[in-house]
Amino acid sequence: MKLYGKYFMIHFKSTMEYKTSFLLSCIGQFLVSFNVFLGVYFMFQRFSKVEGFTYNEVLLCFGITLMEFSLAESFARGFDMFPNIVNKGEFDRIMVRPRNEILQVLGSRIEFSRIGRILQAVVMFVYGFTVSDVHWNVQKIAAVLFMLIGGTVVFGGIFLIYASICFFTLEGLEFMNIFTDGAREYGKYPVCIYGKRILQLSTFVIPYALIQYYPLLYLLDRGKSYYILLPLIACLFIIPCLLLWKLGVRHYKSCGS
Amino acid sequence: MITMQHVRKTYKVSKRDAGFSSAFKALFHKEYEYIHALDDVSFTICDGEMVGYIGPNGAGKSSTIKILSGILTPEEGTCLINGLIPWKNRIEHVKNIGVVFGQRSQLWWDVPVMDSFELLKEIYKISTPSYNHNLEQLTDMLNLSELLKTPVRQLSLGQRMRCEIAASLLHDPKILFLDEPTIGLDAVSKLAVRDFILKLNKEKNTTVILTTHDMQDIEALTNRIILIGKGSILLDGTIDDIRKDYDSTEEALAAFYRSHNI
Repeated sequence: MKLYGKYFMIHFKSTMEYKTSFLLSCIGQFLVSFNVFLGVYFMFQRFSKVEGFTYNEVLLCFGITLMEFSLAESFARGFDMFPNIVNKGEFDRIMVRPRNEILQVLGSRIEFSRIGRILQAVVMFVYGFTVSDVHWNVQKIAAVLFMLIGGTVVFGGIFLIYASICFFTLEGLEFMNIFTDGAREYGKYPVCIYGKRILQLSTFVIPYALIQYYPLLYLLDRGKSYYILLPLIACLFIIPCLLLWKLGVRHYKSCGS
Repeated sequence: MITMQHVRKTYKVSKRDAGFSSAFKALFHKEYEYIHALDDVSFTICDGEMVGYIGPNGAGKSSTIKILSGILTPEEGTCLINGLIPWKNRIEHVKNIGVVFGQRSQLWWDVPVMDSFELLKEIYKISTPSYNHNLEQLTDMLNLSELLKTPVRQLSLGQRMRCEIAASLLHDPKILFLDEPTIGLDAVSKLAVRDFILKLNKEKNTTVILTTHDMQDIEALTNRIILIGKGSILLDGTIDDIRKDYDSTEEALAAFYRSHNI
């Protein structure tokens, strides 16, 4: 943990070397997500409800998903950029240092400009929060916290799978973006609107629904009380991801000098 | 003590002709060729020895270094370094080695050198007194005092290389791998790096394994050379073994490569 703190500081210092660039990317990140927000807004100008969810509720949902994704992206950026790390031979360096590889990859990239997107997510969330008629209490705040934790872990896990595949292909696979950026985009709306099959898939295979749909129902007083714990169960998703990673490291071939 | 016995490493390389149609064909059917990067390589290096590991490009030098430093796993053969198998006891093993890849930096580009060193202190869990002691010694020997506060991106190549070497030695490793440490350096920096390596070997008895294409490096630093070509060891001896009656070592080496058709 202390080592991660050190990594964090060194990235912070690096980012501060280029303040203007940092500021501009933050604004860019903010605006891009704002676009999506507008998209949802115009949709609801035409339809007042989607599968029983109102505009404010969808905003709440989108706000949380976007926050989860952006958090994962800020911290697990090293896995998202992993093809680069392998191709530039940085992974060789990681292998000759006496620390866990995952910690080092996590520490090799920390993206501060994602703060723009997180900010946008917070704005959306707070707006959805104030206008929706959710009655807040301690359990619900805990549910939101669990969603953030579970969501960050699940998205982190998907980044980890993406990185592990690079060991075998030495190349990034674009199709994996369906599960990362794609999930973020689909995450605008509660998963159930995409039909039963998708809901099943995202409950049992890649647990998106556990970090988004079910706890959302709980927040809106439509779900059972155990739904509050589902995001934590979703964290188990990281285990197969870690196993795949271990397999990948053993398969690592390096590349020319 | 480093022992390597009958080590074999093969790479699978995909092959195709140039051009669009063959690129398209390769989408469906790829042809592979197996390249023996290392073919039955064995040698022993004692503690405190300084060895030049030479050979033409693509002979297997880097593969050997990567196996010795625990990055790659060979298909066959054994390798023991101070009682540890590098690829099996990776974390234990790499605590005792330092690696300098001449063509790749291990320092953080945008921040002063000192910050990178502080991070390495944390990575290697170096205690503060021994860190301070080593840093002071290295600063002195490599003349770094002016450089430590400069961001890495503003250093010249020679200055950066001195910092790279210092970074690999902060944790006091017993073995130092140098992969082309003098590549691209000017005469002054080259001499500084060579002097330092000699001093390090003498004072701390660090085992040094050096790969280079610069024969002057070899002449200045080592008695023993291991020469590898096409994945097998062709010569394990002294520089005089290839020198014979040629005027320069460079020419002698070129003649040696030609005579072995590598």
